[in-house]
Amino acid sequence: MDFTKELDARGLNCPLPIIKTKKALGDLQSGQVLKVLSTDAGSVKDMQAFASQTGNELLGSGAEGKEYVFFLRKK
Amino acid sequence: MTQKRMAIIASKGTLDMAYPPFILGSTAAALDYEVQIFFTFYGLQLLRKDLSDVKISPLANPAMPMPVPMPVLVSALPGMESMATMMMKQKIKSKGVASIEELRTACVEAGVKFIGCQMTVDLFDFSHDDFIDGIEYGGASTFLQFAGETDICLFV
Repeated sequence: MDFTKELDARGLNCPLPIIKTKKALGDLQSGQVLKVLSTDAGSVKDMQAFASQTGNELLGSGAEGKEYVFFLRKK
Repeated sequence: MTQKRMAIIASKGTLDMAYPPFILGSTAAALDYEVQIFFTFYGLQLLRKDLSDVKISPLANPAMPMPVPMPVLVSALPGMESMATMMMKQKIKSKGVASIEELRTACVEAGVKFIGCQMTVDLFDFSHDDFIDGIEYGGASTFLQFAGETDICLFV
């Protein structure tokens, strides 16, 4: 998937992946896509909750072993 | 969609109990909530410029997992509190959990409003200079004015 910016939140635990995602989205224009890498198993549900509450669309997500990837489109 | 609001009372000044208000505050702000945290009694210690006195005590937390079983009388020995605090901080760091300072800064940067309890300042002869900048000081009425219009209101 094409993305404008990548955020490496691997090794960070709740709530840092969400807080850093919010900050990273602040640097993007509306419609641009942020890729987030995480190792926090809690971030799978947290990222969905973040997207639904902020209106930034979760375009896709995946897991490879203990690593998770998310693609968010800025509102 | 109207902006949601959350109010928290932070009444405890230990390392473990510093986490809920700062985690929820910073996260709610990231979710576009308007957030106020009212720091009262020992909770006010969480707003000190220097947070090194914020500690954890195995004595007051019987459920705290310990590397080896620890009789109460051993936990009560001098230096045990500092040691438990040091070990907890190491664990926090090794697991990628944010420090209290980091989360507090995240709150401030995200516009979370901190209210310090003026009665607590008077009670313990604190000075506003002891605390970080940008705090408003007020009392119960100040808190309730905002809390009465919130979606989430918590006491920690």
